[in-house]
Amino acid sequence: MNNLQRLWANGSVKFGVVVLGTMILVALLAPFLGTVDPSAMDSNFINKAVGVSGQFALLDGSTVQHTFWLGTDSFGRDLYSRVVYGARVSLGVGACTAVLALVLGGGMGMLAGYFRTVDAVLMRFMDGLMAIPAILLAIALVAALGATISTVVVAIAIPEVPRVTRLVRSLVLSLREEPFVEAARALATPTHIILFRHILPNALAPLIVQGTFVAASAVLTEAILSFLGLGLPPDIPTWGNIMAEGRVQFSQYPGNVLYPALFLVPTVLAVNLLGDGLRDVLDPKFARRGA
Amino acid sequence: MSDTVLQINNLSVALPKGADRSHAIEQISLSIQRGKTLCVVGESGSGKSVMATAVMGLLAKELKADGGEILLLGEALLKAPQTRLRELRGQAMGMVFQEPMTALNPVMRCGDQVDELLATHTDWSSEKRKAEVLRVFESVKLPDPLRMYSSFPHQLSGGQRQRIVIAMAVILKPALLICDEPTTALDVTTQKEILKLISQLQAEQGCAVLFITHDMGVVAEIADDVLVMNQGRAVESGTCEQVLKQARETYTQTLLAAVPSMTPPPPRPEAQGAAILKGTAVTKTYVSRDWLGRGHETHALKAASVAVRAGETIGIVGESGSGKSTLARCLIRLIDPTAGEIHWADHEIATLSESQLRPLRSHVQVVFQDPNRSLNPRRTVGQSIVEGAINFGMSADKARQLSETLMQQVRLPVESLSRYPTQFSGGQRQRLAIARALACEPKVLVADEAVSALDVSVQAQILTLLREIQSRLGLGMLFITHDLRVAAQLCDHVIVMHQGEIVEAGRTADLYASPQHAYTRKLFEAAPPAIF
Repeated sequence: MNNLQRLWANGSVKFGVVVLGTMILVALLAPFLGTVDPSAMDSNFINKAVGVSGQFALLDGSTVQHTFWLGTDSFGRDLYSRVVYGARVSLGVGACTAVLALVLGGGMGMLAGYFRTVDAVLMRFMDGLMAIPAILLAIALVAALGATISTVVVAIAIPEVPRVTRLVRSLVLSLREEPFVEAARALATPTHIILFRHILPNALAPLIVQGTFVAASAVLTEAILSFLGLGLPPDIPTWGNIMAEGRVQFSQYPGNVLYPALFLVPTVLAVNLLGDGLRDVLDPKFARRGA
Repeated sequence: MSDTVLQINNLSVALPKGADRSHAIEQISLSIQRGKTLCVVGESGSGKSVMATAVMGLLAKELKADGGEILLLGEALLKAPQTRLRELRGQAMGMVFQEPMTALNPVMRCGDQVDELLATHTDWSSEKRKAEVLRVFESVKLPDPLRMYSSFPHQLSGGQRQRIVIAMAVILKPALLICDEPTTALDVTTQKEILKLISQLQAEQGCAVLFITHDMGVVAEIADDVLVMNQGRAVESGTCEQVLKQARETYTQTLLAAVPSMTPPPPRPEAQGAAILKGTAVTKTYVSRDWLGRGHETHALKAASVAVRAGETIGIVGESGSGKSTLARCLIRLIDPTAGEIHWADHEIATLSESQLRPLRSHVQVVFQDPNRSLNPRRTVGQSIVEGAINFGMSADKARQLSETLMQQVRLPVESLSRYPTQFSGGQRQRLAIARALACEPKVLVADEAVSALDVSVQAQILTLLREIQSRLGLGMLFITHDLRVAAQLCDHVIVMHQGEIVEAGRTADLYASPQHAYTRKLFEAAPPAIF
């Protein structure tokens, strides 16, 4: 049985892939799923109930016949369109954050693990970073850098970097003692090739698993930042922003908070389960005997 | 009451679908009498350990006994419920495992681990249990039983740990003692003591011993009866005398013939010329500091000198911790020596930096012990074996031709160049490691326990290959091993190391005929006896 078949045989992986795949499709196909411009607001349709339909005014002044599947918010915007378009931002932030954290953390982890002199300095710096609560650090960074999509990604990624660095460092520390790495040294292989050809590919599996956890927590952190009003500007539809705006009138119109949550919760669950499943299959420590 | 302790009739254990064969063991029958030792011998994958775990009722859940029966003192074990098996384990049958460090719980004191057994199987008071544990510690010849009782496994030596495991296995005086390669992880002098201990305990308690091993020397030392297994089937069985001296089956004969002899072959003419690899007073000291910054020095290697000339093989023998691998690693500069000089041909390299060293690296190449870990699992073997040649500037085209030549040299099919290391057996992987070492045309090959992880028949093939390559290419070879038999057959000169020091060195024939140093003599006495 090859690796892909073994992955697919794992229930967590299957669930994660199906749910996450659906979310990604929804995000990519957002314009074709019966949505309107998520920023368009019509004062005639403020806080309408689920299923109401009518002539909706778009930003360019034209009107369109539209059914509000999930109702509208307090500005008269279509909630369904906002949630569907919000998937783009939320998933995008999650994926970009994971990639950025893995690249930064992976690079520094390899340096710290392979070069003993770099290790002492770099890891003390990482310890310092880890002492600051992740959400506080992210808030401080957003405050310092201003709130755009790229700065939010950076602000969420940086608190994750020390964790990735530590993981990669510990992997490199054990891999560098492996006979095949020593053999490569004896064969006069340059250091950068040892790092990228012999060490990195063998550290990839746990790194991918860690990446999924970073992505899941990034989606959540973005929502938290937006919910606190510290994230992306309110006109950009993200699940956190939608919930933040709905919070004020939660008792009358709970849908404004609950509908984005119905997307957010399964997404985070799916990413986490995917990570768990990947770890079970890829990490030899969890591999069952005889498998 | 009959004298038969264990009787196995036509036992078969099925492997899960997709394995390389349908059954781990097939139609195995054996019986052991009270006070007798049955040795089960076979190479890796022969199913001998599966049989032991089947008897203990500890088969992995993918494996299923699908035929035959196991009778322990007349009781059918395969049909017994888990609760009954749990009662029997410890009380009626005890097991000693290969690796004592993993068989013991690292966070529990040794005494408590043994006490746990008594607490489960008896209703004795805690004082009585402790007295009994101490008595057993004494009977397995553990020094200072009280201290052992309150020690953690990591504070003990390998031999002491194995004695604790044996104490656990015998404390309830089981009728059957199963030993699964109990001495394989131990040094030869410790092995000797453990084997002696097992036969003493057997004489005292009168238990039957099922002893699993791959080592014909161990068989000769302790077996009453022998069962030879291959690929899950019984090949031959009989008394120790019959099987070892008058083997009927060809498989048994090849297995016996593959065991190297302790008598060195007639010496080859002395190698001439200057040394191509020379270490002079090479020293390696590790300094560990406690939290106050006080240094504690460990002398891994004390002023060792060695020289290898073209075409000759120098053997370094010694037990684990003797510093033989440290010496080898210093000589190829995988670790930096603390003091001393190292010459690769005319270059003094002991203090060169890695980048100064790199252009000279092709001079010395290395083959490691563990064939599973010495090749990058993520690269094809074709990529792996020409890595050195490409580092020294060979074009991709030339490198591919070279890889084909090398595969032929180490007797592997050229078509398998695009496969990954996991698709090869241990012996084949060791051939690949040799091919990789040869790719950048070294003058010296350092083999660090290169055949120790291999089955004896595979070991013989690799040794033949090394000899053949040496005579064709005129390589100098530094061969590190703990196995005196292998050293006797392969090496022109032998160096004996003990606690970081060279205690004796000389021509193989002379040294084996009359060892001078007390430690060397002890080492030779501990080696398992000649079989023939």
